[in-house]
Amino acid sequence: MVSTSSVGGVAPVGLRATGATRRRLLVQRLVRALFGMAAALTVGITVLIVVSLVLPAIQFFQEVSLGEFFGSTTWAPLFKPARFGVWPIVAGTVWVMVISLLVSIPFGLGVAVYLSEYANRRVRAIIKPILEILAGIPTVVLGFFALFFVTPELVARFWPVGNVSTFSGLSAGIVVGVMIIPTVASLAEDAMTSVPRGLREGGYALGATRREVATSIVFPAALSGIVAAIVLAGSRAIGETTIVLIAAGSKPSLTWNPAEQMQSMASFIGFAGIGDQSTGSTGYLTIFAVGLFLFAITLVLNVISIRAVRRFRQVYE
Amino acid sequence: MNDVVPPDLRTGVSFRRRVVSAVFRVFLWISLGVALGTLAALLIDIGTEGWSRLNWDLIKNMPSARPRRAGIQSAILGSLWVVGTTALISLPLGIAAAIYLEEFAARDRWYNRLIELNIQNLASVPSVVYGILGLAFIARGPLDLGFTVITAALILTLVVLPTVVIASREALRAVPSSLRQGSLALGATEWQTVYRQVLPAAVPGIATGSILSTSRALGESAPLLLTGALTFVTFNPEGFTSPYTVLPLQIFRYISEARTEFRPLAAAASVVLLVVLLLMNSAAIGIRNRFEKKL
Amino acid sequence: METTVEVQKTGRSADLRPTTSARADTTGSEATPVVFDLGGLSVSYGSFLAVKEVDVAVRRHEITAFIGPSGCGKSTVLRCFNRMNDLIPGAAVSGRLLYHGVDLYGPDVDPVEVRRRIGMVFQKPNPFPKSIFENVAFGPRVAGWKGNYKDLVEESLTRAALWSEVKDKLDESALALSGGQQQRLCIARAIATSPDVVLMDEPCSALDPIATLRIEELMLELKKDYSIIIVTHNMQQAARVSDRTAFFSVDVTDGGQRTGRLVEFDTTDRLFTSPSNPETERYITGRFG
Repeated sequence: MVSTSSVGGVAPVGLRATGATRRRLLVQRLVRALFGMAAALTVGITVLIVVSLVLPAIQFFQEVSLGEFFGSTTWAPLFKPARFGVWPIVAGTVWVMVISLLVSIPFGLGVAVYLSEYANRRVRAIIKPILEILAGIPTVVLGFFALFFVTPELVARFWPVGNVSTFSGLSAGIVVGVMIIPTVASLAEDAMTSVPRGLREGGYALGATRREVATSIVFPAALSGIVAAIVLAGSRAIGETTIVLIAAGSKPSLTWNPAEQMQSMASFIGFAGIGDQSTGSTGYLTIFAVGLFLFAITLVLNVISIRAVRRFRQVYE
Repeated sequence: MNDVVPPDLRTGVSFRRRVVSAVFRVFLWISLGVALGTLAALLIDIGTEGWSRLNWDLIKNMPSARPRRAGIQSAILGSLWVVGTTALISLPLGIAAAIYLEEFAARDRWYNRLIELNIQNLASVPSVVYGILGLAFIARGPLDLGFTVITAALILTLVVLPTVVIASREALRAVPSSLRQGSLALGATEWQTVYRQVLPAAVPGIATGSILSTSRALGESAPLLLTGALTFVTFNPEGFTSPYTVLPLQIFRYISEARTEFRPLAAAASVVLLVVLLLMNSAAIGIRNRFEKKL
Repeated sequence: METTVEVQKTGRSADLRPTTSARADTTGSEATPVVFDLGGLSVSYGSFLAVKEVDVAVRRHEITAFIGPSGCGKSTVLRCFNRMNDLIPGAAVSGRLLYHGVDLYGPDVDPVEVRRRIGMVFQKPNPFPKSIFENVAFGPRVAGWKGNYKDLVEESLTRAALWSEVKDKLDESALALSGGQQQRLCIARAIATSPDVVLMDEPCSALDPIATLRIEELMLELKKDYSIIIVTHNMQQAARVSDRTAFFSVDVTDGGQRTGRLVEFDTTDRLFTSPSNPETERYITGRFG
């Protein structure tokens, strides 16, 4: 403990650390360093990701010209003869993303508005855990559902265009969309409930109905948080692998009909990974090139989303 | 005395407004219906498809090419091994990092903010990318650990680490600062404050976050697709360097089988997986609910 | 915006007969018509009785002030006038509350219509994160008013003594205004729906003294066109601006429940110079509260 002078004594109060205190401070410094290393490790992970993707990708582009990658429309990197036109899997990714956003945004926001502006505490306490359950369903199980239920019972039955075979990008997109609804709903609801109560009261006091308060006051006020939710949804849809791999098949196709088989960038990576590619072969390297592409896109989307949330928090907190 | 004709307070909302409000409400109900209905349909579908194979044989048997004899034992134990190891690695690391960021790090330093931003980004990276990283660096490449339990655990650690950090930070942040101030004012070091005051108070929150992160690891499939979990494994793991399979991937395998007799197996295995996840998540939420009131 | 044409309802004459206020406890200006007539009004939230047995008559083109210590229910009563208490789950209002002779809590009454006619300004200015123009236009817009919005906005802002300061920046965000300006904007917003009553819940407590003074001057102007009820913590403010004052106090039961009640209601002059109730006198001379 710090040594103190005697009462009324002339000796100055000593505040230097004694042995015991020094030991405590040493422990603290050690702990701080150790834990700091754990934290810094996370930066190392990102570095690793970038390195593990960039180096092989560079190698890939030494073997496959950019011209073919972006110019050709046939994607068959694991076959002989190998073709490396990336557009079919980009198209597949876009289809899955568009369909899942068409499902997750309206219904996700609808759920969010309901929970934030209409539901009472009891209802919320029931619905929110159920949504968490939905969010926690493993993607394999969702893939099973998409393949064995959604495609035959819904898509094949109601889709007007062409014949729907076993695999369908539409089913994958729909199920991915439903999977994302809890994420959109949760983020959007957070944004809406953060809107100060005073704004709602002001709206009601002016003679607005609950719907008008929700759509004309709360929703616009929560907009950047809602945008963040949407962007995050897009990012998750793009990155989803298993559901697409199971339900949409593994045949890349550049098509206007979403109910056909298709392959997305992420599902290609999964597909290629299953077939044991020999290290260093072009097929192997393709995984990294596509992976880099995927990582870059989701990174940009995530940064946008994080920025939007931060801007929202600044206004209201 | 009123010199004004008494006001008509009945009408306020025109017919058009009322119709719009009603349609809006219907839309909200539909939104709920889509989410809850799909969940219900999924659970019913899986349940009815898997019902016939839900018996003890499922757990006793190993995967087999003969559907009658097939089970998921190696997958269950493989999951236990892999997820257990993942927890052993990711939880201490993640909690330590969270403690550093929340209790020790100076917020305005650029490197600390970089770490924070970085963790947020990592949390949103598609999990398959971690699989690629694992393939390049862990299974092959410098570490060259092959397609083994430890490889899977390391990969899954990468996947769940950001979540552990974020959840633990929230738990730490929820501890009122008055607790810290009081301890520091009495002369304790920061670490002592954390160790004796903050951590005990944050334990329920950290526990909840840890269980939820671990349950996420249990359900992951994409990252392990690339690192050999799909090989036909009919034995339980014998150690960290043993080949393995996990439940999600065994399900994937059964789904991919051309023969339709494997479908009920896939469904039954899904039921098992869902039940385990439900139990874990309920435990986590139960802990949170029970201890949240104390603060 | 024109006052909505008030049409005599058919077949419902019984509840439309004007009620002469039977209150004779307020002397002076008995001829001033009554806007709100309260008899035995009580408000409870669930099992908690917030305020009990209030008898008050609010008259036209006057400023009526509610004063009293915190927790005495003045804001609660204020929120009855525009049925804002409806928004709180478990709130129940009993007793008589007549608005121009019509039971405000009658079964056929639409709260949305009530709130269009009775405006409210809150303690903390709460402009929407929209432009100044859109803030003022909001009420008429949701009500479906078809007319010249530019004129309406200008008129409302002029009446709220804000027009000259914002006329060149109507499209800018309302949040960029100062506190006092935001509050005047909220007043403009409230009067844009052509109410005949404006309720003010401690409108100046979040503002500095100069902004406060401007709003008080504004209130005296506004009372020519509207009836104003103001809840205030500031006795001097009540003495400065109001015509009549209601003093509320709070009873604490054995169980610790705080229930508000009306102690005295009189013209401001009389209440402050020669109150009839000793409790009132204690409060205004600062011996408690």
